[in-house]
Amino acid sequence: MPQVKMTVNGQDVSGEVEGRTLLVDFLRGDLRLTGTHVGCDTSQCGACVVHVNGQAVKSCTMFAVEADGADVGTIEGQANGDGSLNVIQQAFQDHHGLQCGFCTPGMVMSTAALLKDNPKPTEAEVRAYLEGNICRCTGYHNIVKAIMAASGQDVSAIAAE
Amino acid sequence: MYAFEIERPSTIADAVAALKTEDAQALSGGQTLIPTLKQRLAMPASLVSLGGIGEMQGICIADDGSVCVGGATTHATVAAETASSYPGLSGLASHIGDPAVRNRGTIGGSLANNDPSACYPAAALGSGAEIITNARSIAADDFFEGLFATALDEGEIITEVRFPVPEKANYQKFVQPASRFALVGVFVAKYADGVRVAVTGASEDGVFRWSAAEDALSANFSADALAELSVDADGMIGDLHGTPEYRAHLVKVMSGRAVTAAT
Amino acid sequence: MPKDSGVIGASDKRREDVRFLTGRGQYTDDIQIAGQVYACFARSDVAHGEIVSIDTAAAKAMPGVLEVFTGDDFAEVGGNPAGWLINSRDGEPMKEPKRPVLAHGKVRHVGDAYAAVIAETPEQAKDAVEALNAEIKEQPAVVDMKAALEGGALVHDEIETNQCFDWGWIEDNRAATDEAIKNAHHVTTLELVNNRLVPNAMEPRASTGIYDPGTDEYKLYTTSQNPHLTRLLICAFVMGIPENKLTVIAPDVGGGFGSKIYHYGEEALVLAAAKKLGRPVRWTASRSEAFLTDAHGRDHVTKIELAVDKDGMFQAFRTETYANVGAYLSNFSTATPTFLHGTLMAGNYTVPNVYVNVKAVFTNTAPVDAYRGAGRPEATYSLERVIDKCARELGVDPIALRRKNFIKPDQYPYAGAAGLEYDTGNYDALMDKMEELADFGGFEDRRKASEAKGLLRGRGVNSYIEACGIAPSNLVGILGSRVGLYDAATVRVNATGTLSVMVGAHSHGQGHETVFPQVVADMLGIDAQSIDIVHGDTSKIPFGMGSYGSRSLAVCGSAVVRATEKIIAKARKIAAHMLEAAEGDVTFEDGNFTVAGTDKSVSFGEVAFKAYVPHNFPLEDIEPGLEETAFYDPANFTYPSGAYACEVEVDPETGQVTIDSFTAVDDFGNVMNPMVVSGQVHGGLGQGIGQAMLENTVYDDNGQLNAASYMDYTMPRADDLPFYTVDHSCVTPCTHNPLGVKGCGEAGAIGSPPTIVNAVIDALQSGGKDVTHIDMPLTPARVWAAMNG
Repeated sequence: MPQVKMTVNGQDVSGEVEGRTLLVDFLRGDLRLTGTHVGCDTSQCGACVVHVNGQAVKSCTMFAVEADGADVGTIEGQANGDGSLNVIQQAFQDHHGLQCGFCTPGMVMSTAALLKDNPKPTEAEVRAYLEGNICRCTGYHNIVKAIMAASGQDVSAIAAE
Repeated sequence: MYAFEIERPSTIADAVAALKTEDAQALSGGQTLIPTLKQRLAMPASLVSLGGIGEMQGICIADDGSVCVGGATTHATVAAETASSYPGLSGLASHIGDPAVRNRGTIGGSLANNDPSACYPAAALGSGAEIITNARSIAADDFFEGLFATALDEGEIITEVRFPVPEKANYQKFVQPASRFALVGVFVAKYADGVRVAVTGASEDGVFRWSAAEDALSANFSADALAELSVDADGMIGDLHGTPEYRAHLVKVMSGRAVTAAT
Repeated sequence: MPKDSGVIGASDKRREDVRFLTGRGQYTDDIQIAGQVYACFARSDVAHGEIVSIDTAAAKAMPGVLEVFTGDDFAEVGGNPAGWLINSRDGEPMKEPKRPVLAHGKVRHVGDAYAAVIAETPEQAKDAVEALNAEIKEQPAVVDMKAALEGGALVHDEIETNQCFDWGWIEDNRAATDEAIKNAHHVTTLELVNNRLVPNAMEPRASTGIYDPGTDEYKLYTTSQNPHLTRLLICAFVMGIPENKLTVIAPDVGGGFGSKIYHYGEEALVLAAAKKLGRPVRWTASRSEAFLTDAHGRDHVTKIELAVDKDGMFQAFRTETYANVGAYLSNFSTATPTFLHGTLMAGNYTVPNVYVNVKAVFTNTAPVDAYRGAGRPEATYSLERVIDKCARELGVDPIALRRKNFIKPDQYPYAGAAGLEYDTGNYDALMDKMEELADFGGFEDRRKASEAKGLLRGRGVNSYIEACGIAPSNLVGILGSRVGLYDAATVRVNATGTLSVMVGAHSHGQGHETVFPQVVADMLGIDAQSIDIVHGDTSKIPFGMGSYGSRSLAVCGSAVVRATEKIIAKARKIAAHMLEAAEGDVTFEDGNFTVAGTDKSVSFGEVAFKAYVPHNFPLEDIEPGLEETAFYDPANFTYPSGAYACEVEVDPETGQVTIDSFTAVDDFGNVMNPMVVSGQVHGGLGQGIGQAMLENTVYDDNGQLNAASYMDYTMPRADDLPFYTVDHSCVTPCTHNPLGVKGCGEAGAIGSPPTIVNAVIDALQSGGKDVTHIDMPLTPARVWAAMNG
């Protein structure tokens, strides 16, 4: 069985995998990093989004072998060094951008990738970027609002309650 | 998924050699292939990942001005790096799948798969691109052979795609609302020697050129030039997202919008 | 005015968010257990077939395979029952064919499980399923409901019909309703389809069964909205396990929307397999399995007639509905199209005559059951569409027509013609607020601006009422329910003054862990952060009927209030003892017990400590400890209501509909946490708009599901939806529960579909198109087809 080595959330990790082992299964099963979720089998829902070498990818649609040598980031590595919520996570809590929490890790990881490339996205840009992240609980209102707030924009004019 | 080995060659030559083994299949991004494997609809003995081949990565401008895209270049890279050299192509690439898919999916993988609703075949056919493989060069007009069928031989790899840059071009995609593939996508490109119009998503035979529109637009590059034309619904795809008649209608509407938006 | 935090009415941020945002939630599939093995199900790929034989030998010989189960292994155990007995108009009880753990004799829908393999790894289990040699002789499938009733193939041979029941509500009103329609000044008729939906909670169903031979105890981790009901069904009906020997744990659950209320065969299978193998057995659905096997929602085909007099007063609603129940009766499937639908068919109106006929039909499709709103969206859609059509036919303003027929505030309590007694409401106030927030005054200018862009703008409105806070046991018992629908809570005050509150409601996104402590903290005058909610574990909570039907706060929240009242009563006794005062002289305010008119006082924390360190305690009068339980059974349903508006733009070239704005004004009674309530409305709107515009569950004539993945089933995405304007400032508190709350979880999904369709029809008619109805979902293809004849 192939041996893979990668960095996950700054830690060096390694393991034996099969060719068919998906990155998400390596993260959830071997590394017990169960914050990355699987919500579909057609590469659409985005609950499994992680960062590979700084880019958002769907870890259910990438083999662990292909991440050999890569720098991988997951939801478990997103909080600040002192354990407090980072800016994006805090905005999601402040603006009620999650309900059941299942899609949330993917939403946070996608948001981080979006804001890296586009630090002040418009509402339309946020909605377009979330094309690959499905949420069934929130109707997206508070997710979009949280992302705009996380980017430092004033969202007080957006209806809240 | 059935069990298989994964090879990660670093040169085209090694990849070609690896693909000669029994039931080997190329893996170039995998954004369509991996979901297919999950459904156990394919049973390769080995997958040959093309992602580690440096010579198939990236974008350059050829001496004749063509935009050359390495076969393993991701949609995200094409979207970002052709924005000034070929905005029509950049625009198309920037709306394939979703951001995470664009970070993995590749132009070579998309063209080799030739999904009847994929976007890239419209760009390649609409630009009259050359599809370069490890063995030869294939004109786009000769490359697409119907649903999921291409001129590629077994084990042949798309190493590069060369796009002649038109004076103006635009891609209009009317999305299938669930998959976000093209329900109908039209790529219009105006070259000095004429206009090309390539349509994806609509036909049961896959991507095709709408030659009547090409003639009309070559004479008068304006949406008005399409007014008297109509598209035959015969042979158009009918499914739960749209009838053949609806798709035929959309071909004309999207063509007109692409002409108007072309830059 | 909203207070800062930790009390009723404050928008406390959710404490559960921290674990979800950092990847530390614990959903069923996240829980790894030493020694675990994996189940994979063999599922029918035909909609209807006779199981001739299943040869398991090859599969059993595969690497890693531990056991193979077939329907034969469960032939002697019970079926998964329907929770509600419906009698037909002729008095005959409904047909109840057995729903087995694994299909036995026949498979009845694509995805119906006929065998299961247990193996060391998931892939080994899948490999072995492919090696099963099953001979299944395909039979003709029945998919269309009317065909199923007209002599199509039988889904269940033993009941000799595909009709589950033919129900009339209220049968005694039938003749008067017919008469009112016959004699009416005007009758509007509308035939419509309420499209079948797949709930699609983002977490697929999962179950892990564990058995301890040392104690003969079972444990089930499962994705459930109500673990106690699951335990009851498994123990009392399906497997015969003593209830005290089964613990059901629903840990973090990634959304439910109805689909996780029910007990499914996979839960019984993993328990049986765990016992047989002595290993924990787990199963997690793929999304593809979820599409085929989760209980679907809606799927009604309806004809509705509205009779009006010359003044536009409603005289009668008459409805004939075919309701698809799929291949088997899921637990609430018979209640949804009947008592959650027929009883709402008077809407917000003073209409004197209502009659509803519902024929429930078996087909070779997945079971259909309650999905967010459950019957009430179907009722609202029928009513509010036919009213809109009527207004157009009469040439009157659709809002004015509704207002004219509204029940007025001075008429409560109001006994409606469909059998429910509404306690309170103010529908005109909701409509006023909606017209203000939706800027009706600016509409014509916006319409002109749209026309200038070549787009058609339309506006649709809706007023709805729903019955939730499910449900008064006395009433539902008379109506056929086989369970009570109370809820329970235990408030445990620890010696150091912190609290654990065990609740029967289950939170899978609703925010109970934050909101319930606000209620208790407000009552006790203590810090909400010192209160934790415990839910989802039958070994820890007293009992509960779970969360669905917008019931958590109205029913379980009321139990929390009652238990907390008992805590205060006992604490007052202890305080009186500590203060050496008569109990009647001790007041309780802001967390302190005080002897009236003195400065003698003890805090709630000091009382708690005394309860557990009962030195010098009057043991003859007061027991040590401070823990109380209450069961609460509501006196009536609660009746949230609302007025919704939306504006759409339609591209006449493509049929594409874009929602420009959506305004939802709801009366939920008193609001505990406005932030959470708004979030619930947003989510309901997302699903309702999804039904109206995007989602459609299409089976072909052979019973194959054509929309079986996210490639073909359109889930609403962020770019399909607008920012919403929501308001819940129009409050008429519920009169019969202690918090005055009504429930907010389903409103958005109930009120939005007719609003959207009404708006699109308005847009098309403004463009001169003679279109009076389009069935949902209003996809571009359907809208274009309607415009082009």
